[in-house]
Amino acid sequence: MIKKVWKSLLVIFVLLFLYLPILVLMVYSFTDAANIGAIRGFSLHNYVTLFTTPELVQMILGTVILALASALLATILGTLGAIGAFYSKKTIASAVTTMNQVPVVNADVVTGFSICILLVVVFGVSKDTFIPLVIGHVTLCAPFVFLSVIPKLKQMDSSIYEAALDLGATPFTALIRIVIPQIFPGIVSGFALAVTLSLDDYFVATYTKPATFDTISTYVVNATKGAQTTIKTALWALSTVIFLLVVLFTVVMNLRAERDNQERSGV
Amino acid sequence: MYRHLFSRKNLGIPYMLFLALFVMAPLFVLFYYAFTNGEGEFTMLNLTGFFSDPNTLGTLFYSFGIASVTTIVCLLMAYPVAYILATSKLRAKSVILMLFVMPMWINFSLRITALKEILTWIEGSLAYHPFLNTVLGMSYDFLPFMILPIYTTISKLDGALLEAARDLGAGNVQAFLKITLPLSMPGILSGVSMVFLPAMTNYVVLDMLYNSTYIMGSLIGSYFAAYNWHGGSMIALILLGIVCLFTLLTRGIEEENTRGGMLL
Repeated sequence: MIKKVWKSLLVIFVLLFLYLPILVLMVYSFTDAANIGAIRGFSLHNYVTLFTTPELVQMILGTVILALASALLATILGTLGAIGAFYSKKTIASAVTTMNQVPVVNADVVTGFSICILLVVVFGVSKDTFIPLVIGHVTLCAPFVFLSVIPKLKQMDSSIYEAALDLGATPFTALIRIVIPQIFPGIVSGFALAVTLSLDDYFVATYTKPATFDTISTYVVNATKGAQTTIKTALWALSTVIFLLVVLFTVVMNLRAERDNQERSGV
Repeated sequence: MYRHLFSRKNLGIPYMLFLALFVMAPLFVLFYYAFTNGEGEFTMLNLTGFFSDPNTLGTLFYSFGIASVTTIVCLLMAYPVAYILATSKLRAKSVILMLFVMPMWINFSLRITALKEILTWIEGSLAYHPFLNTVLGMSYDFLPFMILPIYTTISKLDGALLEAARDLGAGNVQAFLKITLPLSMPGILSGVSMVFLPAMTNYVVLDMLYNSTYIMGSLIGSYFAAYNWHGGSMIALILLGIVCLFTLLTRGIEEENTRGGMLL
């Protein structure tokens, strides 16, 4: 019994370590206090600032658009790459897998810096074109799509694809109607992973982004160094909004998974 | 010819080209820049400069220290939690695990901002305890990455082995030390590599906490700010070397482990 209490206390302690800062910030985002610890009245002004300051709105929209665009590109490239590598000769497959592993284990600082050197310093591509930024984010995300599609290819029954070809389907039709539907869960989780990676990235963006463009990460990092209180507390509101969105998303996903499980056990 | 354009093998070509162009080529360019000077002549100065400058060497050792302590702190928090969750029979287990994973999806800069506000409130000024705060910030950022792999390996563990150990007279502690701990090594190793390497390079956590950056990654940042591509490339190359070494090392231990497992 006492052992159980200790165990629960330990889990609760680590959970508090992870969540207390976010929750305290959440409470303070609804006040007009400029610092944690001050006791002030209820106010929504942080949320008003967050959604009416053009600079903040543009920064948030820019981050989301960048994440969706680079995740989409990364998903297409990574999925096709995984299919190609999986059905290639062993030497080619292992070469692709090794190259794919480089951005995964490499430090993001090195990935970002090396892409900046290649594209901006050697090839003279202007950062203002967004090309280095998008390429950087695709490089960051595509390997993870590759890694989440490969297990689904291993599970797939490839005789169905061959049967489709024998029955006269073109490789393109077989790809769209046989392969893609079977590995679809892997593609979706790869895409989701790519979006979160891009949203969370700081280093690749710092080294490749146009000077006038900011993602949430680069913006927040600069803002914490500045002394502008209205912006600082508006970011508390942003933190709260993102936290609530993540909670909502998690709950919905869990409920759906549970419903699927019940349906399956019902059959 | 057209019929084969979409054959399964050919589908991988765009990604292969992409990897060659944007993963491999940048590494070669990095290598070239690291060993040349501004006039494009071959030089070892960037390399010898790094190893003879007490500042850069100090940074290297300091980041090793920070990364080691962070990894140990994360491991000490993550292992018991992962173990408790993986072995508990609670129905709400998956929900609790979800709670540990969720922070990964919240933007890290916003989470660090939250931590910074709290720590400032508690400590008055963050500058009083730079080492403590750095380790706290890094652990706060990377802890979920340690919990998940350890949880996965422990929950896959074959319960029959533990029962056998007990039947053969092993106590709880002995069974844990001889069965559970060795078999959870792969999870520990992948957790360690997911925490140690970022902790050596992720200078932005320090940068946000108290505007000072004394770990390896920040050297790249300062060379970048000074447009010194050659010096920056050398640091990047050294970091790359550390990453390779570390990956080989952890993989080596892992292989030894599986070999040991086969012997059993």
